[in-house]
Amino acid sequence: MFRNQYDSDVTVWSPQGRLHQVEYAMEAVKLGTATVGLKNSDFAVLVALCKPPSELSASQRKIIPIDDHLGISIAGITADARVLSKYLRSECLSYKHSYDANYPVSRLITNLGNKMQSTTQRYDRRPYGVGLLVAGYDEKGPHIYQVVPSANYYNCKAMSIGSRSQSARTYLERNLLKFNNCTKDEIICHGIKAIRGSLPNDEHTTKEESSFQMNIAVAIVGRNQPFKILSGEENSKYLEMIKDFETSEESPTADDGDDNRPRRDDLPDSSDPNVLVATMDRP
Amino acid sequence: MFNNGIVQPLWYNGPSPGQFYNFPGYANNGNMKQCHETNNSDSTRSTAMITTGSSVLGIKFDQGVLIAADTLVSYGSLSRFQNIDRIFKINDNIIMGGGGDFADIQSIMRSIDQKMIEDQCYADNIAMRPKALATWMTRVLYNRRSRMNPLFIDVVIGGIDENNEPYLANVDLRGRAFSDYVVSTGFARHLALPLVREKKPADRDFTLEEASELIRQCMEVLYYRDTKNSSQYTVGVCKVKDSTSNQCDVEGPFQVDEKWSFAKMVKGY
Repeated sequence: MFRNQYDSDVTVWSPQGRLHQVEYAMEAVKLGTATVGLKNSDFAVLVALCKPPSELSASQRKIIPIDDHLGISIAGITADARVLSKYLRSECLSYKHSYDANYPVSRLITNLGNKMQSTTQRYDRRPYGVGLLVAGYDEKGPHIYQVVPSANYYNCKAMSIGSRSQSARTYLERNLLKFNNCTKDEIICHGIKAIRGSLPNDEHTTKEESSFQMNIAVAIVGRNQPFKILSGEENSKYLEMIKDFETSEESPTADDGDDNRPRRDDLPDSSDPNVLVATMDRP
Repeated sequence: MFNNGIVQPLWYNGPSPGQFYNFPGYANNGNMKQCHETNNSDSTRSTAMITTGSSVLGIKFDQGVLIAADTLVSYGSLSRFQNIDRIFKINDNIIMGGGGDFADIQSIMRSIDQKMIEDQCYADNIAMRPKALATWMTRVLYNRRSRMNPLFIDVVIGGIDENNEPYLANVDLRGRAFSDYVVSTGFARHLALPLVREKKPADRDFTLEEASELIRQCMEVLYYRDTKNSSQYTVGVCKVKDSTSNQCDVEGPFQVDEKWSFAKMVKGY
């Protein structure tokens, strides 16, 4: 990313027709740790890596419940995420008060997108530096939405954002066709397997299950299932399920099409530009 | 109130009792506030109805709801407008019958139409459900009554909710909402409600035929007994057609089968 003379203000266009400030804001999302969202026909699941910045502190809260039928997972500037989640909660509550119904997810996201857009068009505001993965359930079924700082939002079948999320995205692309017919347990396992590839390299080699367990957060919402962040015991249960499934398979070394070695897909990651500032996971 | 034989004021630092009401027959309404600058002129605000619609009756049956109202809008005791549809199709899931001041009904219909247009502009196949509309109306009407500026209406809202469940509710000018298998406004509350409740089978819902027959009977009773009813009425039907669509229309006008032949038996006819 080059510094140039057209990037000082969000209201300044570059000659190529780009808003550099908005694009820089999108970079902020890549600084956050990875998070994955995916859905089957009845449930939407969010999995987030919340590694604490040091051994002394508690882990970052990545998944924020908004309403009974909706929750978000964040990557980027946490303070901005806090403001957006407060706005979403207030919109959902106001809708519930007026209509005694859950805010339809697509409309809430449109509403949020409009709010975020105004910050990309004013000289006295800056774009929100946070990317959201929204998991919601309404009368149209489960939804996964990706919201980015440029105020765009994408309706996704599955998505992953944050640093080193490319391996998770590859996993999701490879297994996309399986998701719709999964059971609830299977879809959570897929989410955890997808995000495992986004661990920092040292953790992956040591394969310390207990530290991995403490570093992930899983949330689910769906039919007859209000938005819930799973507890530590439930997380362990799914990790056990994955381990059992893997040991029951014969060879973890050969590429059998089932992504047991997502590290191989980490290679394209090295082409990502290296950020020259201290970050949460690369001090 | 009386202390040593002297009348104590009921409260301090507020308006004096009766200040906002124009007591009739008092030549000098001492503290009357004449606010001509603002548009809530408390002293001259009237909560009287001018052009009114009479009763509305709603009955829920196993596949949907029926809402019936006559086609008369009265001007006091004059039967002024005799061909007015007081049942409205809101969208494919909701029908609404309006009683009370008809100008207020038209005003709230305009707001509701705006809401429906907004829904269409989203173009996401999410149409409003009757419970949502009934809740919204309750909030609006309660807010208006709390500001001492009510919309003088009594409406019946019905339709098909999520999971293809029929829904029927009655919301009145004070923001009181009530949901049941039979609801009504105006005189129908006294005359029709007991009639329908008596006929309700204990263990199941009405069928469409039973509900239609009850509507016909109740409209007949209302025509004979309520002086502000006329013999012509329309019926809104909202019922489940299949798992994804409903049949939602306003049918009519129907005519009450008037039987006046007994008049000859009345002395002095």
